[in-house]
Amino acid sequence: MTQTPALLVLEDGRVFHGVGYGAEGETLGEIVFNTGMTGYQETLTDPSYARQIVAMTAPHIGNTGVNGEDAESARIQVAGYVVREPARVASNWRATGSLGSALREQGVVGIAMPGTRALTRHLRDRGAMRAGIFSGDAAAAPEAELLAKVQASPAMEGADLAREVSTTETYVVPAIGEKRFTVAAVDLGIKAMTPHRMAERGCEVHVLPATATAADILAVNPDGVFFSNGPGDPATAEGPVAALRGVLDAGTPFFGICFGNQIFGRALGLGTYKLRFGHRGINQPVQDRTTGKVDVSAHNHGFAVKAPLDGPFDTPYGRAEVSHVNLNDDCVEGLRLLDRPGFSVQYHPEAAAGPHDATGLFDRFCEIMEGSK
Amino acid sequence: MARREDLKSVLVIGSGPIVIGQAAEFDYSGTQACRVLKSEGLRVTLVNSNPATIMTDPEIADATYVEPITPDVVEKIIAKERPDALLPTLGGQTALNTAISLYENGVLAKYGVELIGADVAAIQAGENREKFKEVVAKVAREQGLNAASARSLICHTMDECLAAAGELGYPVVVRPSFTMGGAGSGFAHDETDLRRIAGAGLDASPTSEVLLEESILGWKEYELEVMRDRADNVVIVCSIENFDPMGVHTGDSITVAPAMTLTDREYQNMRDVAIAVIREVGVDTGGCNIQFAVEPGTGRMIVIEMNPRVSRSSALASKATGFPIAKIAAKLAIGYTLDEIPNDITAETPASFEPALDYVVVKVPRFAFEKFPGADGTLTTHMKSVGEAMAIGRNFTEALQKALRSLEQKNTVFSWAGDLGDPEALLESARHPHDGRVRDVQRALAAGATTEQVYEATHIDPWFIDQIAGINEIAEEIRTAEDALTRDKLLRAKRHGFSDAQIGELRGLSEEVVRELRHALGIRPVYLTVDTCAAEFAAQTPYLYSAYDEETEVPPGAKPKVIILGSGPNRIGQGVEFDYSCVHASFALADAGYETVMVNCNPETVSTDYDTSDRLYFEPLTLEDVLEVVHAEQQSGTVAGVIVQLGGQTPLGLARKLKDAGVPIVGTSPESIHLAEERGAFGRVLHRAGLLAPKHGTATSYEEAREIAAEIGYPVLVRPSYVLGGRGMEIVYDDATLESYMAKATDASPDHPVLVDRFLDEAIEIDVDALYDGEELYLGGVMEHIEEAGIHSGDSACALPPITLGHDDVRRIRESTEALAKGIGVRGLMNVQYALSAGVLYVLEANPRASRTVPFVSKATAVQLAKAAARVMMGTTVAELRAEGLLPESGDGGSLPLDAPIAVKEAVLPFERFRDREGRFVDTILSPEMRSTGEVMGIDEVFGTAYAKSQQAAYGPLPTKGRVFVSVANRDKRHMIFPVKRLADLGFEILATEGTAEVLRRNGVRAKIVRKHSAGPGPDGEPTIVQRVLDGEVDLIVNTPFGSPGQSGPRLDGYEIRTASVLRGVPCVTTVQGLAAAVQGIEAIAAGLVGVRSLQEHAERLRGAHGVLGQG
Repeated sequence: MTQTPALLVLEDGRVFHGVGYGAEGETLGEIVFNTGMTGYQETLTDPSYARQIVAMTAPHIGNTGVNGEDAESARIQVAGYVVREPARVASNWRATGSLGSALREQGVVGIAMPGTRALTRHLRDRGAMRAGIFSGDAAAAPEAELLAKVQASPAMEGADLAREVSTTETYVVPAIGEKRFTVAAVDLGIKAMTPHRMAERGCEVHVLPATATAADILAVNPDGVFFSNGPGDPATAEGPVAALRGVLDAGTPFFGICFGNQIFGRALGLGTYKLRFGHRGINQPVQDRTTGKVDVSAHNHGFAVKAPLDGPFDTPYGRAEVSHVNLNDDCVEGLRLLDRPGFSVQYHPEAAAGPHDATGLFDRFCEIMEGSK
Repeated sequence: MARREDLKSVLVIGSGPIVIGQAAEFDYSGTQACRVLKSEGLRVTLVNSNPATIMTDPEIADATYVEPITPDVVEKIIAKERPDALLPTLGGQTALNTAISLYENGVLAKYGVELIGADVAAIQAGENREKFKEVVAKVAREQGLNAASARSLICHTMDECLAAAGELGYPVVVRPSFTMGGAGSGFAHDETDLRRIAGAGLDASPTSEVLLEESILGWKEYELEVMRDRADNVVIVCSIENFDPMGVHTGDSITVAPAMTLTDREYQNMRDVAIAVIREVGVDTGGCNIQFAVEPGTGRMIVIEMNPRVSRSSALASKATGFPIAKIAAKLAIGYTLDEIPNDITAETPASFEPALDYVVVKVPRFAFEKFPGADGTLTTHMKSVGEAMAIGRNFTEALQKALRSLEQKNTVFSWAGDLGDPEALLESARHPHDGRVRDVQRALAAGATTEQVYEATHIDPWFIDQIAGINEIAEEIRTAEDALTRDKLLRAKRHGFSDAQIGELRGLSEEVVRELRHALGIRPVYLTVDTCAAEFAAQTPYLYSAYDEETEVPPGAKPKVIILGSGPNRIGQGVEFDYSCVHASFALADAGYETVMVNCNPETVSTDYDTSDRLYFEPLTLEDVLEVVHAEQQSGTVAGVIVQLGGQTPLGLARKLKDAGVPIVGTSPESIHLAEERGAFGRVLHRAGLLAPKHGTATSYEEAREIAAEIGYPVLVRPSYVLGGRGMEIVYDDATLESYMAKATDASPDHPVLVDRFLDEAIEIDVDALYDGEELYLGGVMEHIEEAGIHSGDSACALPPITLGHDDVRRIRESTEALAKGIGVRGLMNVQYALSAGVLYVLEANPRASRTVPFVSKATAVQLAKAAARVMMGTTVAELRAEGLLPESGDGGSLPLDAPIAVKEAVLPFERFRDREGRFVDTILSPEMRSTGEVMGIDEVFGTAYAKSQQAAYGPLPTKGRVFVSVANRDKRHMIFPVKRLADLGFEILATEGTAEVLRRNGVRAKIVRKHSAGPGPDGEPTIVQRVLDGEVDLIVNTPFGSPGQSGPRLDGYEIRTASVLRGVPCVTTVQGLAAAVQGIEAIAAGLVGVRSLQEHAERLRGAHGVLGQG
C-alpha cells in the first residue's frame, strides 16, 4: 500500500493531510460528500460524478473489493476520491480485485485521511466547492501554489458535462423476455442499471447520445422517451431541453431521472438552482405527495428544480405539479404533467447503489406507455 | 395520519427480572415508551416486577404495578385500571407471551383492551418455524429474491437419515421431534456421528422422528433492525454484522455495525427480503429484527428468524445509530407515521430515513463463567453472556480495542506480553468459540499464523482477521521503534485504539509515562457526535465518542457541570441497579441547575440514552478514557465535580487515581473509601466506634489458616482478599476442606492472602442503605435477609421493613451506621451489612457507595434515595433536602409505620443456562459467592403475600396443593418441623427421605418415604425422588444442602434433585428460613389474599404515615 503524503486543498484555503490512495499525482474538481455506507463501486462508476472529487463519509471503503458486475459504467468517473480507511484486503466471493488497484489502474488520484468528518462538516456549512488532491511529488509544492491551482480550476456552475460522459453512438439494450415497448433513452450520463430496469419490464431501450435532437429521438419511433441522470449544471443544457420540448410537443410519454428531471423542469418553464451541498447518499426520505408514502431513496444531485409546492401550476404542456418532495429539506424531488403522460424524479429509482423502494416508478413508466399505445 | 384520538390509556408490560437473554435493554426501551406515551397525554399503566428499573419509577408511569408478570395478575390490573390498549412489544419475550396469553384466554376481549403495536397472527407466523419457512419461500418465489430457509428433511428410520444426510451434505443438524428442551439435538459431522446421534434421537423421540437440517455453521451472520408504520413505510435502522460466524448466539458474539463485508447488491437484497418478510408476516407497527446467514463462498442467503418486537439488538442499534427505536415504536403504536415523527438529533429532519454512520460500532459480550465452576465455556446457540460493552470508533480497530477494554476484565485486551505460545495451539483454541476467542486470534496471528489459517480455524471473515493483523503490525512498529516514539507512530497507534497501557506494555513504560509523552506531543482524542446522518445535518444532542480525529465537537457549556461515571457492562454483582442510581443522580442534578455529563459504555442502559443527561460520552470507564473526558469537559466549561459513588465498583476503583490526577471527586473522598475497603484501616474505624466484627485473620498458607480457624472456631468464611461479588468465597466446616481451599486459593493468587472470618451460624443478616451529610444520618432502609448469614446478600431474599427486628435492634443499627458513616467520612450513600447473632450486632462490611439495594429501598419506601445522595455529594444537607421535599419532612426508612407495606426482594438465578461438558446442569445451591443476575420485588400489606408475590415473579407461583418433597440437613431438622406440619395441615402430601421422614413422623406429620437418587429404583421399580420430580409428580421441593461438594454422597443426591427441579421448573427451597417464608406465602395465596396495588397508591399511604408517624 502506498504511504506517500497527500493533501486535500479546498478552494477556501482549508487543507487536510493524509496519504495517497489510488494513483499518485494531482486532480482538481468540485468536492462533494456521499453518505452511502454501501455501494462505492457503483458510486465511483456513476457518470453523474464526472469532474467531482467524492468524499465518502463511511470510514471503511474497499472492503468487498471490485467485481465485474457492479459497475454502472465502463470506467471510474470521479475526478478524485477521499476516504478514511482504505481496505487492506478485499473480502467477498464476487471480488475480482482490490479497489486500490482499480483506482491506480484507471489513474484516479485519491487520498486517505483522518479528517473526512471534519471535511463533511465544512462542506455542510460552506457548500460544495472546488478542491484538489495532490499526492507524491505533487504534494511537495508550497500550499499557496496548490491553492492557486484549485482556485484557477473551473466551477461546476455553468459546466456543461453531459456530452463529455455520454455515449457517442446509439446502442440498444434488448428487452429481457418478451418485448413490450420501445424506449428512446437519452444518455446524459446514464447508469447501466437504468436501461436494465426497463429491459426487465419488457422495454427495448435505444440509448442515444446527449446530442440527440427531438427528430433523432422520435426517429426511433418510441413508445416512451427517457432522459437520464448526468453531471453538470442543468442551466447549460440547452440542447437536451430543446429536444425534450420536441418530444413533449409530439405527445410521447416521458420519464426522467435526476438530470432528466431538471431538463423536464426547464422544458416546462421552471428554473433550476444549485443546492448548498446537494444530496448524495442512499438514505433520503422522499414522499409521494399523492399517496403520502415515503421511499428511502438514492440521491446524487447538486442542483434542483424550483417549482411551486402549494398546488398545480400551468406549463406549455398543460397543468403540472410537484409529485415528490424530500422530507429533509422540502426540495422538489419529482414533477408530473397532469394532462399529458410525462413525469420525472430527481432521485434514483434504479438505485445501484441504494434501496429499491422506488423501482415501482419504472412500472409507472410502462403503465403510461401502455396507456398511450 | 396522526395520533389516534380514541386511545386515552395504555398498559405497558415490562420484562421482569434481569436474566441472561433478557436484560436491562428492556428497561431502556420500556422507559422510553412510557415517557412517550405520557408526553402524548395518555394515562400509562405499567406492570413490571423488577424494582431495579427506571421504568418502575413512580414518575415514569401514572400507575406503576411492581407485581408478578403473569396473565392472572395482569388481568387483575386490567380489571382495576381498564386501559384502552395494551402495548406488549417493548418488554421482551415475557411481555409478548403474557399479552398473547391474555389474548388467547379472552381477557383482552372481555375488558375491551386493544393490542397495539402487535398483531397476534403475525407473531405466531414469525414464531412458528414451519409457517416462517413458508413466508420466506413465498417472498423469494414471488419477488425473485435471493432468500431461502435452511434445507431440512424429516426422517423416521436410519436409512432415511442416511439418505437425507447424503442429500443435505455433512455436517447436518439432528433435531429429534418432541423431546424436552431440544434434548438429543446435535451436529453430525460424518456417518458415524449421524448413526450415533440420529439413532439416539429416533429412540428419544416419542414419534420416532428426527429433523435433519443442513448446517449453516461458519456462515456469515447478519441482522437488520426494521421499523414499519401503519402507512406501510419501512426503514432499516441499522445493519449488524457478527464477527463470530454462525453457531454462536448473537448475544454472545462480537457484533459490528454497520455491516462491513457486504456489497450494495447483497445488502439491498437483504433489505428487500427483510421488508418483504415483515410485510408478508404482517408485522403491525413498530420495530422488529431479522437475522440472516450468508454462505461465504457463494453468497447464498438464509433467513434465520425474526422477532416481531423490540429486542436486545434494537437497544444496541438505537445506541449505535442515535435512532431511538423504542421511542419511535411507541409513537407508531398510537398512530403516528414515520414521516410525522421528528428525528430528535437533527430536530429538522423526520424519522422516515435510514441512519448513515460515519463511524464503526463494536459490541463485545461479557461472560461470568468464573461464577459457575464446572460450566462448559463453549459458546453455542444458547446465550450465556451476562452483559455487554459497546464502543464507537472512527474505524473498526479503534472501536474493537475500546470495546475490549470497556469489559474491565483481565486478559480481554490485546496483549503482546510474554511468550505468545505456539500458533498451532492458539489456532486450536480459536477453533472452538469461547470467551476470549478474539484474543486467541490476535495472539495466533502475532505468533505467526496466517490469515488463511485463522480463517480455516474460525471462519471469521478474512477482512476482520486482517484488521487484527493490522493491529499486530502497529504493535510491532511500536515495540521495535528505535529511540523515543515519534508523534506519527504514537498517533497511528492511538487511531487504531491502543490504550496508553498497551503502548506502555509494548515499550516497557508505565501507562502514566506514555500519557505524559502523549500529552507532551499534543496527542489527545477529540469527541465526535453520533448524529444519525454522517454529519450531513447539524446535531442538536451532544451524544459523543472519542476518536483520534481532526476536530472536536464538544459544545461549550455555561452551567457548572457534574460528570457521573456509570457502571460499565452488566455483570453478576454489578448490574442495572447501579445504572438506576446514576440515572437518578443525573435527573436530580439537572433539576438542581447543573449540566449533567454521563460516561458509560453499556448499551443496554437508560444512562446511555442520549436524552437522559445533558451530555453523553459513550466511552470505556478506564482511567485513561475518563481523564480525557474530564479534560475535554474542563476545556469547554467548569467541572464542578465527578461522581464515582453511584456506578458500583467500576468508578469507585478509579477514585484514587482520578483524584491524584487532580480531578475533583465529590462525595466520599478516596481516602475515606480506602478506610472502608482496607481491612486494617476498617478495623481501626470499628474499634474507635466501639463496633464488633466477626473474629478474623489473614493467612497465606494452610498452616496459618488452620491456626486461625482453631483460634476462632469452625465454621469459617474464607475468601481471597480483593474480591468482588463474593468471588471465591466459601464456608468451611473442617480442616480437610480448608486445606483444599487454601491449596486452590494460594495457587491461584500467591501474592494475595486469604481472609479467614468466623462464620456466624444461624445469624440474621441485615442490609442497610443510608445517607450521610457529615451531620445527619438518613437511614434509607433496613432490610432483613430471609436466608441466614453466609449467603451472598445479592442472592438472598430480604424484607423491608425488617420482619422480626425490634425497635431496639433498629436503634442499635441506626447508631452503628451513624458511627460508621462518621468514622469513615461518608458524604452520600453507604451500605452496611450486619449480622445479628445471639443478640450481638456484628459489622460484616461497609461500602461507602450506592449499593445494589438502593432502587429496591427507594421503591419500598417511596423515597428517591439516589437523587438525594447526588445532592448530598454536591453539598446539600439532609435537612435542606427535607425542607425541599426530596426527603420526607421527618422520619426515615428506619422508622416506617406499622401499616407500611412490606416489600420483599428475591434474587433470580441463571442456573438453567449453565451446563458442564457432559450437558448436566451446574448446581443450584446458594453460597457466599453471588450468582444472581437480577431481582424482583413483591410488595403487599403483610409478609406472606409479599413473599408469595416475590416467588411468583421470580420463579413462578407457589403451589397451594399437591406434593411436597422434604429432605434437609441434620442441623435444619428441628426448624423444619413446624413449617412442614403447616403444609400438611394445608392439605399437602408430604414426601421425604428416610431420615427426614422419621423426624416428621415422630412429630406427627404423615410423611411418605421416597427412595434416594443414590439408592436407585426399588425392586418393584419404585421410582427415586429424582424420577418422580422429572415425572412431574412433585409440586414443591425443600432441600437444604449437606455433605461436601463432590462426586458422591448426600451432596450429590441433593444436586440431582435440584437439577431435576430446574429441569421441570418446580419451586425449590434450599434454606429452612426460605421454607418458613414460603409457608406464609402459600397460606396467603390459599386464603385468596393476593391483590394488586400500584406504587403510587402505596406511596400515598406512606406519605400520610411519614407526616403523622414521623418520629418513629
